[in-house]
Amino acid sequence: MTAAATKRADRRKFVAMLLAGIPDALVITGLGSPTYDVFAAGDRDRNFYLWGAMGGAASMGLGLALAQPAKPVVVITGDGEQLMGLGSLATIGVKRPANLAIVVLDNGHYGETGMQRSHSGSGLDFVAVAKACGIADALSTDDAADCREIARRINAREATLFVNVLIEANEPARALAPRDGAYVKNRFRLALGLAPL
Amino acid sequence: MSEPIHTAPAWQDAIFEALKSARVRQVAYVPDAGHAHLIRRAIADPEIDDVVLTTEEEGVALACGAWLGGERAVLLMQSSGVGNCVNMFSLLQAGDFPFFALVTMRGEFAEFNPWQGPMGKRTQAALELMGIHVLRVSHAEEAEEVVSAGLDAAFEAGDRVAVLLGQRLIGRKKWKRR
Repeated sequence: MTAAATKRADRRKFVAMLLAGIPDALVITGLGSPTYDVFAAGDRDRNFYLWGAMGGAASMGLGLALAQPAKPVVVITGDGEQLMGLGSLATIGVKRPANLAIVVLDNGHYGETGMQRSHSGSGLDFVAVAKACGIADALSTDDAADCREIARRINAREATLFVNVLIEANEPARALAPRDGAYVKNRFRLALGLAPL
Repeated sequence: MSEPIHTAPAWQDAIFEALKSARVRQVAYVPDAGHAHLIRRAIADPEIDDVVLTTEEEGVALACGAWLGGERAVLLMQSSGVGNCVNMFSLLQAGDFPFFALVTMRGEFAEFNPWQGPMGKRTQAALELMGIHVLRVSHAEEAEEVVSAGLDAAFEAGDRVAVLLGQRLIGRKKWKRR
């Protein structure tokens, strides 16, 4: 799974294939395009869509993973969102819950705000950062064909996983996930058998 | 309580017992001397996941993730950390998440370091501006009761609560090392 300089995965296709392979996963999405990508793949009760809280997706995934060790927890976010919470990789690297995977859809740009180039677009190496933070199982891919193996590792819950997905810097049509956070939260908890207050 | 508690570990023990009684399972923190004993107890407790953060707003998001998964998490931080959290507090309101934080105060009583003043003096206002209910512990003997009341408000009523631990309660920081 190495990156060719020119080849990039299609974000919608990659996310749809990955989610098809992890039907039991609890999913947190980072604001902007990753939220649209996950919703476009089919709404699920076990998705929590962020529309704000930039930089918080991975930390939210950590809290969820610690609370639900028997289920795979997957954070699907973008390079800009993860960059704002770069320290959270260090925090995750200390706890290393075996059921947590961080998937960064990396187009090297801030797509939501006009395609300004991000740090990863300027050479930052997410896999090296993740490994330096203690997440040994960190890899990069540019090919949706790798989804099968990534899904297998997510379902196995054997080690904290970090996946940097090199995607094309395009903007598919927005797929508007529900913005009512309380509704999405209550639906998510109900799917886990958790009662409201 | 028949006798007032004056030593720091005693009231910190009382706070830890209140967290245990409230079935808190995750304790996230950016270290502070005033929380030191509580952090040690959390690390030593096999029922509690202790999570050391690089910055306080991670703990806000972590607490929401814990609640999504059915666990209660609390955030321990210093007053300066409240400023780091401000935008992340949006998540609490947007998702109507319960929240409980313990904040050790600086910049308000016998402060030696002027850099602690700007945030410390605005900590309560910043919390309230973001919709968080503020309680305060000024005396050791009230620590358990106030913390327990805050935990009930957060995890039984679904409120967003911060309990400030006054700088006078924590005591003067000793600046000269021997």
